[in-house]
This record gives sequence, C-alpha cells and structure tokens, in this order.
Amino acid sequence: MASSEDDGTVEEKENNNKRRTKSALATAWLTFYNIAMTAGWLVLAIAMMRFYIQKGTTKGLYRSIARTLKFFQTFALAEVGHCAIGIVRTSVIVTGVQVCSRIFMVWFVTNSIRQIQSEESVILFLVVWTMTEITRYSYYTFNLLHHLPYFIKWARYNLFIVLYPLGVIGELMTIYAALPFVRRSGMYSMRLPNKYNVSFDYYYCLIILMLSYIPLFPQLFFHMLRQRRRVLHGEVIVEKDD
Amino acid sequence: MDALALEATSTKKPANGVPAPAPAKRKPAKKTKKAIVFFEVEILDAKTKDKLCFLDKVEPNATIGEIKSMFHKSHPQWYPTRQSIRLDAKGKSLKDEDVLQQLPVGTTATFYFRDLGAQISWVTVSTPWSRQKAGGGGGGGMLVFLTEYTGPLVLYLMFYFRVPFIYASKYDFSTSKHWVVHLACMCHSFHFLKRNLETLFVHRFSHGTMPLRNIFKNCTYYWGFAAWMAYYINHPLYTPPIYGEQQIRLALILFLFCQIGNFSIHIALRNLRPPGSKTRKIPYPTKNPFTWIFVLVSCPNYTYELGSWLGFTLMTQCLPVAFFTLVGFIQMTVWAKGKHRSYLKEFRDYPPLRSPILPFIL
Repeated sequence: MASSEDDGTVEEKENNNKRRTKSALATAWLTFYNIAMTAGWLVLAIAMMRFYIQKGTTKGLYRSIARTLKFFQTFALAEVGHCAIGIVRTSVIVTGVQVCSRIFMVWFVTNSIRQIQSEESVILFLVVWTMTEITRYSYYTFNLLHHLPYFIKWARYNLFIVLYPLGVIGELMTIYAALPFVRRSGMYSMRLPNKYNVSFDYYYCLIILMLSYIPLFPQLFFHMLRQRRRVLHGEVIVEKDD
Repeated sequence: MDALALEATSTKKPANGVPAPAPAKRKPAKKTKKAIVFFEVEILDAKTKDKLCFLDKVEPNATIGEIKSMFHKSHPQWYPTRQSIRLDAKGKSLKDEDVLQQLPVGTTATFYFRDLGAQISWVTVSTPWSRQKAGGGGGGGMLVFLTEYTGPLVLYLMFYFRVPFIYASKYDFSTSKHWVVHLACMCHSFHFLKRNLETLFVHRFSHGTMPLRNIFKNCTYYWGFAAWMAYYINHPLYTPPIYGEQQIRLALILFLFCQIGNFSIHIALRNLRPPGSKTRKIPYPTKNPFTWIFVLVSCPNYTYELGSWLGFTLMTQCLPVAFFTLVGFIQMTVWAKGKHRSYLKEFRDYPPLRSPILPFIL
C-alpha cells in the first residue's frame, strides 16, 4: 500500500477528487430519487381522493391504485441499497425491516388475497402510508437542496406519533382479515411428503408475523422518537449498541 | 461462536515507547538514583466522554490489567473482565498485559471505557485432564461450548426416537423405516460428540470470559436449527434422497472425509501453540495429508466444516439442512476473512497463495 512519499500527495489529490465526484453524483441521484418518490405518492394520494369523491365509496379503490402503489412501494427497495453503499447514513437493518414489511403487505397480503381488498383497514393503512411517505420524501428532498421549511421538519418528526400506530393497526387488521382465506386456499404452503423434506404453512407464518409486530413496532417507534428528540431538540442520545 | 474465531483478534504492537521520562527529582547525594515518574490516568466513557475515574500515582510499568482493577475499586459494578479499555473511543481494546509506559500516551494518559456487559466466566473443569490445559485460558470455554453443542445432540435424538408430542401420537417411539435416517442420526450425533470432545481436550481458549448475551444467541441458533432439521429428517413422512444409495454413499464419504479433515486441522492448530504461550505462528501443512490444504486456505477448519454439512445435506436431501449449511457458510466466511486479514497484518511473510476459506475463490 505504501508508495514513495512523492506519489503520496498526488494520490491523495486524486482520491479527494474521486470522492467529491462520487458525493456529487450521490446527491444528484438522491435528489432525483426523493423528488420522484414524493411525486409518486402525491399521485397516489390524489388518485385515492378523486376515486372517493367521484364514487362516494371505498369499494374498488384499492384495485384502481394497485399498480401505482406496487410500483412506488417496490421502488423503495432502493433505500436499502442507499444505506448499504453508505450514501445515506441510516442503519441498513432498520431501513430493511421497514421496507420489507411494506413490500410484504403489498405483495403478499393485499395483492394475493383478493377478498380483503375492499376492507376498511386497507384504506386506513393506505391513507397513513401516503401521508407518511409524502412528508418523508419531501423532507429528504428539501434537506438535500438545503432549503428545509420548518413545517416539513415538524410534520416529519411529529405526525408519525399518530400515523405509525394507526398504520400498524391497519396492517394488523388486514392480515387478521386475510387469515380465513389463507387457511381455506392453502396458498404459499407446502406439505409433507415432498422431495425437499420441508413444510411451510403460510397461515401460521402470518400469525407469527402478526406476533412479531409486538417486539418490532416499539423498537422502530422509539427509534423515531429518539431521532425526533435529536433533530427537534438537539439532545444527544446515547444509543444502546447491539 | 466458534472457539477459534475468538482468537481472531489482531495483535496490538506496542508503539515505540514514550521518550524516557526525565527524572523529576534530583537527589542531593552524589549518587543519582533513577527516579520514577508516576503517570496519571484518566478514564472517560467512550460514548458520553464523561470523566469516570482519575488515577494518580500510577506506576509506569503498570499493566492495563492493574489499571482495570483500580478502576473496578471506584466502580464496583464493572469488574475487570467486563471492562474494555482503549486509547481511542472507537478503537480496539487494549490487552491486559499491555504496559502503561509502552503505550503512546503522555504522562497523563487518557483512556476510553466501554462496558462489555455481563460476562460469564469460564468454569474450570476440575478433572485430571484439565492439567493439560494452559494456565491462563485454562479450563476456558468449556461450559459455554458444551451447552451450545450438547443441546443439538440431545434434541436431535429426541426427534429420532420420536418422543411424544412432536409427531402424531400413533408414531410415538416408532423408528423410521429408512436406513438413511439411522445413518443421519449417527452422523449428526458423531459430529456434535466430536465437537464436545474437542472443546474438552483439544481447543485452547485465549479469552477469559464471554458476554452473556452471546450464549443465548448461540444456543438459540444451534438448538433452533437442530430441532428444525431433526423434525423433518425423522418425520414419518420423510422422503429419502432421489438418487438413493449412490447419493447417500457419496454424501457419507464426503462427510467422513471432512470430519477427519476438520479434526486434523484442530490438532494442527493446537500444536502450533505450546501450553501457556501467547505467541502466534503461521500454520503450515504437516505430515498429515489432511493438513496439506493449508497451502491453499487460511482457515481450513471452516472449509472442512462446510464440506461436512454439504455432505449431510446431500445425505438427507432436506431443505432446512441446506439452509443451515448456507447460514453457517456465510458466518464462517466472515470469520475466515477476519482471521485471514489479521494473519496478513501480523506476518509480513504470509504465503500469498492462500485464500480465507475456499481455495482461489473466497
């Protein structure tokens, strides 16, 4: 690794230049990403409102926005990548868990189990998600552009106190409503005997997942609370290391 | 956690000492005695930077271990084995044997403290064979590893004998009609028996304690996977491998080969370090052909371990076993890479041909 002293400074300059270009590139991409996601969720919000205003009911609302929802929610996987390569300084695991739980809800619950698509709990978590995501992505966008209006910061770090629990309630109610349909259809399940000598029961898997909200939700919620204290009140919180 | 992975810590090379302290006192007598300059030690919390302890009049040849004891006196809840003392808040822990004046500190040394959490002390096995063990690391590691490895052994047998409440009651205490299931039981039991015996007789442990948290984590891992695998292999509806006897025979050969290999490596690594010494050496191939893999791999014990589990997967054709092999492989690769890196850092003349775990690949 050590080259002669003469090459040292040239290498250093080269490295600094590379680093600056990389960070400029990263900022550009992140700005684009966050603007796109803000726009996407705005579109969803407007579509949902339009449907409700025009039809007067929530029946069929999910079907009308399903494709857009799936697209933008799945795209959020990129955020895990951002943390992994380090251009966003958040824990990969926290982001991973949050994104995965969303993907799971969209693809493995509401998408696959038609009968629950007209449930009110679905509307509940959709509304919550939309409000949360629009606030969050616009926060990131303004942050990257260094022009953060205080009300967005306020919204991001205060609305979650109400929205997060409401969202969890919506999700849990939806999964609970889906259980009888899963049991009856035996979807995503595998029984013995089979040549892989494994079995999987989606019904029990869902139950375990619902139970896992009990330890996971408080952790994520308190993580947000700690962030809130730090950002809004400038407190230094000593995090418990894992 | 693997016993050998505990040894994958990089050495701390003592810096080229502090310039010799000038004598602070001058004796009026003609003979000038060499006066000792005492050090002052302040210990800060690594996270909050609060001043936790201030020690003055510390002997320059005091060790970190002694400083830890002194710190323990002022903070009795933090016994020495639970303390991590470091020069840099985010740096590596200093060793107990490090001497104060050989560290790159001024006469007022600032150290950072991190609480390692509750520690479980090793139980010294008071049996005749414990005399073989080195003094310091001594009966080290025993209780913890024995717990970790006996669990799977016992659990698997419970599934094998179809103890009640696992499968439908009509199958209680019945035996499987497939001979591969019996073979699998023998292999699995042999593997964990071997691990227990190695823990008792072969491995030398260098750390005195282990965080309590690790035991729960490790036991959950080993016991959980063992139960999951055993459930399917010993299930009344188990399906034997598609390619029948050929597949099982090949799998068994692979398994046994790797078990012997793994054992040979453990013996070779044990022989590298005579009891009580802390010197670290590069492992080289010995007369035993199973150690010749050292030419290509830094951590062949992990390579052989992977091989054993691949053999077991092939033998049982069971997806949970494949998962276990995969997860184990990922963890062992992480350990192997760490060990490989510390070898490279420590030895200038480390053989360049070697890869951490898989020859030429990984």
